[in-house]
Amino acid sequence: MLETRDLYKRFGGLVATNHVSLSIEAGELHAIIGPNGAGKTTLIAQLAGELRPDGGAVLFDGRDVTALPVQHRAAAGLARSFQITSVFPPFTALANVALAVQAHAGHSFRFWRDAARDGRLTGPARQALDLVGLGPRADVPAELLSHGERRQLEIAMALATGPRMLLLDEPMAGMGPAEGAGMVELLRKLKGHYTILLVEHDMDAVFALADWITVLVNGAVIATGTPDEIRSDPEVRRAYLGEETV
Amino acid sequence: MLERTNEGNKRETAAVLIGLALLVALPFLADAIGKGFYVTLFTRILILGLAAVSLDLILGYGGMVSFGHAAFVGIGAYVVGILSWHVFDGSPLMTWPVVIEGTENGFVVWPLAALMGALFALAIGAISLRTTGISFIMITLAFAQMLFYLAIGLRTYGGEDGIALYNKSGLGSSIDLFDKTTFYYVCLAILVVFVWLCRRLTRSRFGMVVRGARINERRMRALGFSPYRHKLTAFVISGAGAGLSGALLANAAEFVGPAYMSWQRSGELIVMVVLGGMGTLFGPVVGAAAFLLLEEGLADLTEHWQIVLGPVLLFVVVFARRGIWGWIAGPAREDR
Repeated sequence: MLETRDLYKRFGGLVATNHVSLSIEAGELHAIIGPNGAGKTTLIAQLAGELRPDGGAVLFDGRDVTALPVQHRAAAGLARSFQITSVFPPFTALANVALAVQAHAGHSFRFWRDAARDGRLTGPARQALDLVGLGPRADVPAELLSHGERRQLEIAMALATGPRMLLLDEPMAGMGPAEGAGMVELLRKLKGHYTILLVEHDMDAVFALADWITVLVNGAVIATGTPDEIRSDPEVRRAYLGEETV
Repeated sequence: MLERTNEGNKRETAAVLIGLALLVALPFLADAIGKGFYVTLFTRILILGLAAVSLDLILGYGGMVSFGHAAFVGIGAYVVGILSWHVFDGSPLMTWPVVIEGTENGFVVWPLAALMGALFALAIGAISLRTTGISFIMITLAFAQMLFYLAIGLRTYGGEDGIALYNKSGLGSSIDLFDKTTFYYVCLAILVVFVWLCRRLTRSRFGMVVRGARINERRMRALGFSPYRHKLTAFVISGAGAGLSGALLANAAEFVGPAYMSWQRSGELIVMVVLGGMGTLFGPVVGAAAFLLLEEGLADLTEHWQIVLGPVLLFVVVFARRGIWGWIAGPAREDR
């Protein structure tokens, strides 16, 4: 589904992505872990199209999308959520998701009809909100939602664009244990229906959910394999998991 | 579905209806207290209110701080002025490839003023909207200044002195714009229709893209939108509204001059929008009223009346995010 070949990105003297080659199969949940500063968000930004790599290629569905800008990749079915919550605070939860539906539906030069009363937008938007468990909060402005709810809203917006693949950048960032558990449940529900690339700090969540794990350290892939293989990989333990109890 | 029955919206609806009733009754009220010149003053308020509403469409909803909006007003005014001048002069506007004579027919001239405003907005917006923030402000200002000096350079049409109109636009035999009450109601009708159109627009799918781009353009792209085209379209619609207000302004003053395009005028329009309430559509009309009434009331006392305006504006900006309209109509839900 998504593939990178020899991806390379540097910021001045810092090599943020060091010849990364990944291959993510359709339907799998592929997690990327690594310590802070390993280049996880930089990698996602290149996959989503926000950053241009200095070398290498990104292939989506076998098609070279390296030069394709963000909005075209999104339209092609590559949806992302942001590590820093990035919703539209004055809009209601429903309006936020309806906007995502609209992006996917592709008819935005409609000047007359009230978008908030357009069932073709609000119908799918409500479904996405129900799926992530925000249904009862649909009419609350996003700025009044809790942190955890806004993370859920992020996911709902990504889902509403009708994606074929989700790039989730630390969906559990800043969540409490209860909220985190809810998010794990949600991801488990989505798993199998979507191809998912998950960047996450929460090791318990990653090992519980992932089909495949890639470990990134200093911009380079040091190991890739099933959760069991990663758990027992001596290099991973030394480089990264050392202090964690896995 | 979002219902518009919450308290804030009821209060806003009430405020709009009362305001509209007052505006409709104004000529009678002015007549009753024997101050007929209020009709003329409020005609100006409606016309500049129209320009301010058009600016609010891009500034308040799109986050596009156009510091050259008076240029579009001026273009609309010059369309009326130039075509009227040719009627008076008896010479055609152009003879090749087709002969175009001057005209004072409002049904021709006013739409043409809006169209020219839109065309100039298309050209200026296409370039300016490639930038944001301070650059956008400066580029729109630069374009407006170019048009300002271009107008000064129009020797045929009075150059710096502008054109005095000998006639107002004609709207058929039953509507006489020389009658100040008739002209007032024509301006009021146009303003009401324009505000209504903008209101629909800002709530449509198109409007949601423009508003979303103001809040977080990066997120809009991540969702798959290309907001540039939507912002440009809003800019063009705004230019059309400003051009139309220019046509009305020319008729109100029976004069057209380069001063209509000066950067001070652009600044005043921004002041009206901010004072009245950004992103409210009704607020800019209130802002225009507050601005012109302050000017009217204080100009008698001192020519430095803006010494008072300054602190008032500061007070509004600091204490009321939605301007005067926020006080009147309450903190309405912005998601609507």
